[in-house]
Amino acid sequence: MAFEGLAERLQGTVQKIKGKGKVSEADVKEMMREVRFALIEADVNLKVVKGFVKKVSERAVGQDVMQSLTPGQQVVKIVKDELTNLMGGEQSKIEFSTKQPTVIMMVGLQGAGKTTTTGKLAGVLRKKHNRKPLLVAADVYRPAAVQQLETIGKQLSLPVFSKGTELSPVEIARQAIEHAKEEHLDTVIIDTAGRLHVDEELMQELKDIRALKEPDEIFLVVDAMTGQDAVNVAQNFNDSLGISGVILTKLDGDTRGGAALSIRSVTEKPIKFVGMGEKMDALEAFHPERMASRILGMGDMLSLIEKAQTNVDEERAKELEEKFRTSSFTFDDFLEQLGQVKQMGPLDEILKMLPGANKIKGLENAQVDESQMDRVEAIIYSMTPQEKTTPEIINANRKKRIARGSGTTIQDVNRLLKQFEDMKKMMKQMSGMNTKKGKKKMNLQGLDSLFK
Amino acid sequence: MSFFKKLKDKFSGNNEAVESTEKYKEGLTKTRTGFTSKINDLVARYRKVDEDFFEDLEEILLQADVGFETVMELMDQLRFEVQRQNVRDTSNVQSVISEKLVEIYQAGEEETNELNFSDDLTVILMVGVNGVGKTTTIGKLAHRFKQEGKTVMLAAGDTFRAGAIEQLDVWGQRVGVDVIKQSEGSDPAAVMYDAVRSAKSRGVDVLICDTAGRLQNKVNLMNELQKVHRVISREIPGAPHEVLLALDATTGQNALIQAQTFKEVTEVTGIVLTKLDGTAKGGIVLAIRSKLKIPVKFVGLGEQLDDLQPFDPQKYVYGLFAEGLDKEEQLENEEADK
Repeated sequence: MAFEGLAERLQGTVQKIKGKGKVSEADVKEMMREVRFALIEADVNLKVVKGFVKKVSERAVGQDVMQSLTPGQQVVKIVKDELTNLMGGEQSKIEFSTKQPTVIMMVGLQGAGKTTTTGKLAGVLRKKHNRKPLLVAADVYRPAAVQQLETIGKQLSLPVFSKGTELSPVEIARQAIEHAKEEHLDTVIIDTAGRLHVDEELMQELKDIRALKEPDEIFLVVDAMTGQDAVNVAQNFNDSLGISGVILTKLDGDTRGGAALSIRSVTEKPIKFVGMGEKMDALEAFHPERMASRILGMGDMLSLIEKAQTNVDEERAKELEEKFRTSSFTFDDFLEQLGQVKQMGPLDEILKMLPGANKIKGLENAQVDESQMDRVEAIIYSMTPQEKTTPEIINANRKKRIARGSGTTIQDVNRLLKQFEDMKKMMKQMSGMNTKKGKKKMNLQGLDSLFK
Repeated sequence: MSFFKKLKDKFSGNNEAVESTEKYKEGLTKTRTGFTSKINDLVARYRKVDEDFFEDLEEILLQADVGFETVMELMDQLRFEVQRQNVRDTSNVQSVISEKLVEIYQAGEEETNELNFSDDLTVILMVGVNGVGKTTTIGKLAHRFKQEGKTVMLAAGDTFRAGAIEQLDVWGQRVGVDVIKQSEGSDPAAVMYDAVRSAKSRGVDVLICDTAGRLQNKVNLMNELQKVHRVISREIPGAPHEVLLALDATTGQNALIQAQTFKEVTEVTGIVLTKLDGTAKGGIVLAIRSKLKIPVKFVGLGEQLDDLQPFDPQKYVYGLFAEGLDKEEQLENEEADK
């Protein structure tokens, strides 16, 4: 794969330095070259990279790094810290108006994902902020953009203000704001047509919409896969409209998303949300630190832990641990665990969050076969309650029946039974170890269940 | 004769070529002012071809999204070439650069950018990530084929995204071609089956199949695409005759992974580089061509129906360097006047 994380890139350089008693300025320079490569490969704009590398170099030639035993790791840490700073440090919240309604404008290039994000944002505002949003279909240019928003509105059971494609977008927006006042809808989200940042005529149209009622937020919607041009786009939109924030879309892909850094650094406007999937609820708050890790190819452990924590019930995890110790872990428990893992989202995405996961050969394109999990479930569902609690009784005849019932083969059933036995053995050993060492508990209740 | 002169000669005498070259020039105006004016600035700033010069050149290419590895390759070759030809004067370097860019693109192979048409029904499958302009490109392609006197049918294979079927339907009406569709949420493979069947029975020349945008790391969705591909080839051996990957010119290095993954799943035969009328340069196609050997077949240069042009690497580079050509020509004329 063409994409190596910064950590891997630096490893080679650090190997060379390792033998030496101390790190020289030339060594730091060499390391900075690797930092530069990594950032450019992640699509961070070259100018931004240059400024950034300069800043980091100054810190890196400082005493701390030179005298450190692990200069490579020190450099990575400095890079990550600085990157996080550059990306805004803290999470940034959405602004609401005190005077109803709050107006939010969605702007951006064609195909960035404005319409989809409009729907997602409305969903988030209703769920997390208790708002009553009105979606406004002001994209009269792209064929069927109005229908798209109407369909999304239907899916979310949210009102959509649409006037076809005959009226001008400015007029539609004006009427929509009036309509929201009458209907006591407190948040108006205007979906505008995608346009090139160099298209002056269409930029003027956005200015006209903005002039109706000063929007509380103007979100620039940007595709996370954008390359070097991200700075031009962001700069132009910001100069002509004065954006208030950025929403980064399609971050569920495998792009590093260096555009985030470029945009942040030229506009100094915060990234407020990120689009993480095709489903309507896949819009999340932006975390600068996690983005920094991602750009550097360092995995996203924090998001993973958070996912595990929100989806795994602690009480149940404790109960399971007890069951492991007493070897009373049954197929029913196993089924429940599978369900929990599944709840966390597609497995290949979870794998990608693991640091170093991209280093494991064959995992860079992790092809996690979710249907395999479905097969396992089917096999277990085909067991009798007795078989589930005491799998020892499963003989050849029963295996045949289970295989037939689940549409699998006897081999599949055998494999699952063996895996289950192995797992039980392993867990028994582990919990045995824990007991000896004074019952030290695994400190990440949710996380360890992933690997059980 | 200089490279630019050769190019110019190549296109003059053929009106159609000149016209589309103009279109390239027009569409790439913004691109050009970025890229070529930088090269010109560079030439003006440096009298000698030295390391500083190469470093600046490297930066210009990196900012065009050409990608690190390809830029490094190009720089090595340029250094070698400059040494070999003993080019000291930076103004001569321009032509060496454009020659090299075209050469890297072609990678020594004479591959045609023509579409592969079947004598019978030709099936074209359009694939790509979300929001790159698949449906719009299909509309433009349909228009193009119709102009050429072919009968065209469209298949609304994006059954996932809200409004996608309506969007293709609008294009069908605009261009005046039939659209085969089912309801939103239905199985795309089933839509394709239907479409191929009715295309065959109605005896149309070209069937263009739309698919839902999907990020290349979504295994399930890629499997679905593979199934669509399989259904088409089962109905017509040898089909789809073309699998076109739509690529947004604004996309950075991820485009390489997109091309690679889509190629693995659907045997991509060509790329349509969309949205080249912005300020983005789409330099990543150089890397895609040289690493994966997928040729660019069309470029999208605007919002109009006829703004889809067959890709020609020399014209592409010509578009980037058009300013350089005009200047060189001027110089030549001045010299001739003396």
